[in-house]
Amino acid sequence: MDARTTDNEIITRVLRGEHQLYAELVKRYQNFVFTLALRYTPGREDAEEIAQDVFVKAYKALKDFRGESKFSTWLYSIVNSTSITFLRKKKLDTHSLDSEHVMEVADSKESGMSANQVEVKSKVEMVTKAIQLLSPDDAKLITLFYKAEQSLEEIAKILGMETNTVKVKLHRARTRLKEKMEKYFTQEVRDLSY
Amino acid sequence: MHIPQNIEEKLWSYIDGSLEKKELDTVEELLRSNNEWKNKYAELMEVHQLMKNNMDLEHPSLRFTQNVMEEISRLYITPATRNYINKNVIWGIGIFFLTTIIGLLIYGFGQIDWSQTGGIDSPQLQEINNINWSRVFSGTYVNVFIMVNILLGLMLLDMYLTRKKNERIRERNA
Repeated sequence: MDARTTDNEIITRVLRGEHQLYAELVKRYQNFVFTLALRYTPGREDAEEIAQDVFVKAYKALKDFRGESKFSTWLYSIVNSTSITFLRKKKLDTHSLDSEHVMEVADSKESGMSANQVEVKSKVEMVTKAIQLLSPDDAKLITLFYKAEQSLEEIAKILGMETNTVKVKLHRARTRLKEKMEKYFTQEVRDLSY
Repeated sequence: MHIPQNIEEKLWSYIDGSLEKKELDTVEELLRSNNEWKNKYAELMEVHQLMKNNMDLEHPSLRFTQNVMEEISRLYITPATRNYINKNVIWGIGIFFLTTIIGLLIYGFGQIDWSQTGGIDSPQLQEINNINWSRVFSGTYVNVFIMVNILLGLMLLDMYLTRKKNERIRERNA
């Protein structure tokens, strides 16, 4: 399959009966979907289960995809709903995704860590670790914006929020990320810059 | 000078390119003239670039795609019939049945002795006339039956038109 073949072209062909082409869409988005699922649940096994479920659900609903939004935006909205359902099933406190409890969880990740204690060898590793120190909500927004290349409007659609709310939340998430970096990686930022 | 929170938000909006023209001009002016703003902007830009260029994605297990494909192979999406059914075959079958029915009708009518008289005196016709049809098909039953059929017809039409519309949109976007 040519990498230039668009998602919509693949979808049309899958719906016309070339089911095996769906593997191409899975390959294109599996890392994004898996990373996003990991923002909801820390366990890799759970995240993989969610990611697999997302692709199966997307396949089942493919005929309803109208192509009005990007396929990725549509797919990530399935990640959001599937992850929340998964967490509910696991009897985790999904409400915590939007509550102060998130901050407690995030803070607990930091407990026992003193400033500059985290050792990193590359900028990539530093960013990964800094994101891990954020709350799931913040990590999710930053991942969608920077890695999944979704606009504020698209993130709003994925998460079922107002665009302005997303904008404010993203600003705050980035500010908190900056604070984490300043707290734990000041030296690394300096070293890695040279 | 202390930079309030909303100024930081303004700078983030400036970085994202989501400021209105008037606000954009103000921020640009401040970035030219105010060192605090310049420094803050540099700080935020550093984080922005770091995120933009250095965020890594996690990878699922190597068998992931295979697992998904195995899972969906159990499902069934009705493929578009035009891919596996030859229209000529359908037309052939249709014409065969139509010809058979017309042939049988012609043969049947050919067997009738049109010289014999029928009419209301015929016992079979009298039996039919004796049936109280109003008990079977009351006005309510007929109305409900017709309504259900109309509803089903409209639903089918809606499904068909929606599918056509989706196909057109997808093809246009492809």
